[in-house]
Amino acid sequence: MSIANETARPAVDWRSVEVTRFRKRRYAADRRLQFYGMGAIVIALGLLAILVTSLISTGYSAFTQTMVTVPIELREDQIDREDPFSANWRTILRDSLKKLTPELEASQERDYFALFTNNAQFLVRDQVVKNPQLIGTTVSFTFPVADPVDQLSKGNIDRNQPEQLRRVNDVQIAFYDKLSEQGAISVPFNWSLFFNADSRFPELAGLAGAISGSFWALLVCFLISFPAGIAAAIYLEEFAPKNRLTDLIEVNINNLAAVPSVVFGLLALAVFIGWFGMPRSVPLVGGMTLALMTLPTIIIVTRASLKSVPASIREAALGVGASKHEVILHHILPLAMPTILTGTIIGLAQALGETAPLLLIGMNAFITSPPAGFLEPSTALPTQIFIWADSPERGFVSRTSAAILVLLSFLITMNAIAIFFRQRFERRW
Amino acid sequence: MVANTFLVIFLLTIVGYVAARIHAKSVLEKVGAQMHSRPIYHGVNAAIWTGVPALIIILFWLMFQNTVINQLLLGLFEPSRIEAMTSADKSLLISEIRQIAAGRIFGTPEDMVLAAAQKLNDWTWIARASMFAVVLAACLAGVAFGLRAIGPRFRARYSVERSLNAFMIFCSFVAIFTTIGIIASLVYESYQFFSMVPAYEFFFGLRWEPQIPLRADQVAGLGAFGAIPVFVGTFVIATIAMVFAVPIGLLTAIYLTEYADHRVRATIKPLLEILAGVPTVVYGFFAVLIVAPLIRDFGTGLGLDVAPRSALAAGGVMAIMLIPFISSLSDDALAAVPRAMREGSYAMGATKGETIRKVLLPAALPGIMGGILLALSRAIGETMIVVMAAGLIASMNINPLDSVTTVTVQIVTLLIGDSAFDNPKTLSAFALGLMLFLITLVLNVLALTIVRKYREKY
Amino acid sequence: MLTDTTIEKKLTAMANDPKIKMRGNKVNVFYGEKQALFDVDLDVPGNAVMALIGPSGCGKSTFLRCLNRMNDTIDICKVTGDITLDGEDIYDPKIDVVELRARVGMVFQKPNPFPKSIYENIAYGPRIHGLTKTKAELDEVVESSLRKAAIWEEVKDRLQEPGTGLSGGQQQRLCIARAIAVSPEVILMDEPCSALDPIATAKVEELIDELRLNFTIVIVTHSMQQAARVSQRTAMFHLGNLVEEGPTDKMFTNPDTKLTQDYITGRFG
Repeated sequence: MSIANETARPAVDWRSVEVTRFRKRRYAADRRLQFYGMGAIVIALGLLAILVTSLISTGYSAFTQTMVTVPIELREDQIDREDPFSANWRTILRDSLKKLTPELEASQERDYFALFTNNAQFLVRDQVVKNPQLIGTTVSFTFPVADPVDQLSKGNIDRNQPEQLRRVNDVQIAFYDKLSEQGAISVPFNWSLFFNADSRFPELAGLAGAISGSFWALLVCFLISFPAGIAAAIYLEEFAPKNRLTDLIEVNINNLAAVPSVVFGLLALAVFIGWFGMPRSVPLVGGMTLALMTLPTIIIVTRASLKSVPASIREAALGVGASKHEVILHHILPLAMPTILTGTIIGLAQALGETAPLLLIGMNAFITSPPAGFLEPSTALPTQIFIWADSPERGFVSRTSAAILVLLSFLITMNAIAIFFRQRFERRW
Repeated sequence: MVANTFLVIFLLTIVGYVAARIHAKSVLEKVGAQMHSRPIYHGVNAAIWTGVPALIIILFWLMFQNTVINQLLLGLFEPSRIEAMTSADKSLLISEIRQIAAGRIFGTPEDMVLAAAQKLNDWTWIARASMFAVVLAACLAGVAFGLRAIGPRFRARYSVERSLNAFMIFCSFVAIFTTIGIIASLVYESYQFFSMVPAYEFFFGLRWEPQIPLRADQVAGLGAFGAIPVFVGTFVIATIAMVFAVPIGLLTAIYLTEYADHRVRATIKPLLEILAGVPTVVYGFFAVLIVAPLIRDFGTGLGLDVAPRSALAAGGVMAIMLIPFISSLSDDALAAVPRAMREGSYAMGATKGETIRKVLLPAALPGIMGGILLALSRAIGETMIVVMAAGLIASMNINPLDSVTTVTVQIVTLLIGDSAFDNPKTLSAFALGLMLFLITLVLNVLALTIVRKYREKY
Repeated sequence: MLTDTTIEKKLTAMANDPKIKMRGNKVNVFYGEKQALFDVDLDVPGNAVMALIGPSGCGKSTFLRCLNRMNDTIDICKVTGDITLDGEDIYDPKIDVVELRARVGMVFQKPNPFPKSIYENIAYGPRIHGLTKTKAELDEVVESSLRKAAIWEEVKDRLQEPGTGLSGGQQQRLCIARAIAVSPEVILMDEPCSALDPIATAKVEELIDELRLNFTIVIVTHSMQQAARVSQRTAMFHLGNLVEEGPTDKMFTNPDTKLTQDYITGRFG
């Protein structure tokens, strides 16, 4: 057949008004789509910016703490050298506080004493019990002011508001200003945020318990998931026969990676605590739960990195008479290790931010001293954030934001280390 | 005592290793090249024989010691008294005995309990001592076995490699054990729940009021366990989240893969990854602190009645969490469309927009759908954002400005600070958990199947 | 109805008295730092088949992709020099690349039908360019394009089935039909038969030969036999340079350069 008899369609006049206008519309549609895409990115990044700014703007003030310095008379007639612990510290403290403001009237005492942290007397007591030679002298003690006064000094309370809407009354403001004039008030860096454990009083609450709880839990998580993940990955990648069972294992691993974290919490609660009788609230159980959640990540990463080691290295090692185990342990695994470590660190960073499973196993306990091991009840950073976010006191808002900033800085550090590992050690084949 | 036992195992393992290695070396020197395995393998083999059985023994011992002792303690009391007790009473009695045994006496306990506490201390000591003895014996037997086995013909390397294989196979099965554990615990506790509350009430009931009085004379009948409102709430919040997250995530992916040049992509992608790496408890706080009051003020400004814990706030913040997730999965799906498709379309004179809408999106649709399903499963299973920002009261409504509750919120609030598994209140959390697990499982399997099918095509 | 000999005569006349359709003048192409084409001057005659030959990496595909600015889709690619279509500079900023590509269509090495039905594959071009007003008109364009691509008889009963379900040779003819559907003036073909078996190749070659009545065709090929069979003029590229260009008969019987002779006789390449 010849095509010469086909009636050729008339050529399109690409310059005609109609075609040009149609083309303009097409370009407009294209630009619209591009514009929507940019809009979406602006929204996403804008939300990130709002998130970060709001955390920083509410959290930065918790990194300093308003302190008051008070000279306290430790009179020998009030304190027994043999037993300084049982002296009446409340009276001792209040006597010295009264000396700071001689004009204090009896009716104002209540308001005045409320300027200082509730636990000031115990802070003084503990110091003296530790150093009994202080008895008989006058010593300057520095301790936090109460949370509302801290907010006042940081400018979070508007002095011009009507008194009943403020959390500090006029009397308190007057005394605060007086103390401030005397130079008794200072606002140093808030070390207690890192060295104190939790407290009911915002001005004393710190993250030491949460950080060490998270540390122990992550340690357990690492000790379990790292070796187990590598072992499972090696088996599945290098040894496992291709059959129904190994298929089932693979499907399981992929699915576990997508199971909601709260379900892992239910598993831990029912099995570890309910059936095995392990204690509640301890980092050991928390770490075991997190390990189950991290395991799929590590297995998947390890398998990918084992796969990427070229066959030539395997063959070279087998060629000199190494057993398959030796090839893997001596050659493949060391080459794959940087990628595995990168993946492990990222997995641990995820585990560090997990909250729901830890809540279910009770790692939201109110613990006032940092846990010394993985068998002591404790909190973790994310659960501490949850506890503080639930507290009504104003001081806990900025402390929550500060705790989040601390958590995020841990996460960023871990990810930075992971990126460093990847760039420094990862081989490209 | 426990720590010491572990220390002993550890030290003896090292001893076993060193001794076996030295012994194997001396054998090697005697027989020369005829020895099958290198001394190090003999050492490792002996170490495995020393440490592993002892570790297994101690783990099982610790797992069951308390259960056994508790049973023995209850055995001290009159059988008729024990039979009359609920499991909560039993655990109360046992914890009282344990408190007393630890030296913390409150009030005036009965003599029987005091005696039990004394027994408990004796038994604990006996248990610990016998555990130590058993473990020590196991270790020493292991060392002896490892040393005796050494000889030129003994294939220590095979033995070590077999142990390694066993360990690796065991670790591979952890994933299956975990799944079995999840299913078993959820099904078992749900079964307990459904033996107290009829299944039709749970599946078809319209009232969810699990805060029941826990006194013995008031049975479960007073609470209401109709899960429909809880699922409706979950559905409302997940829908809100998806409505915001899908278009934004998809458009972000389109812009990044098709329009943005290399440098823009290299800056924006890591920023989105930050968004993905933020723990959900942070999003929850963000919702409570910023978003919920903002929506409330805005709504009040418009004359609308907005609940302080509105579904819109929780869903909206959940959307922020999902955006990077959807974006990166769509990104993968779009990038997986072969270059030839793009070139074919451009060569026809199509604009970028036309190529994206008419060629790339249809081609990537299965991958994108898979990603959306995975995101939906995440939205349904997400816990902290809703625990902090959504409501606690289950109400049958789909108004986004109202407060609703979700499955995960109920699970967490029902189980915080309560571990007695014998009342419908706590057990209902497991029934909800079972439903949650099944729903997300179906979504995940569906999504993974779609994605895998799609990959095979190209 | 014209006889085959008259068509033959007409076409030979056209090729020997070429009306220049496209013209390249001092074309240089850079991929980042690397230069891929050096000062290429090449004229493409209208209503004829021009073959670009040369060893791998010689720049023939690069040149082809310059003719409809497909190189624009590669970020790091830069083109200098002039390329004209009917005397208009196609790299002029005023030129609309969408219009250009509609006028200069392209068929790729591997058949790349869209994952849509056969009908939708063909209708894609006319639709986006707004060439048809009614469904009937579109149906007609689809049918005539498929007929011109000599695949109508094979697919007319399954127009709604996916284009990816066809065999390799059918897919490639589908892609040619897809290109024809927007009535281009020039069709560029980048080794259109390299992924096809010999029978499919023969069909596509036959088609190319028939298409030159209505279209100008530039074809990149690895196969000397194919170049000899389908083209009227041939250009030989080597290491980014145009070595020689002339009527196909002459190139294959009496080339000017030793390089061309060596390549054609199979001494290298």
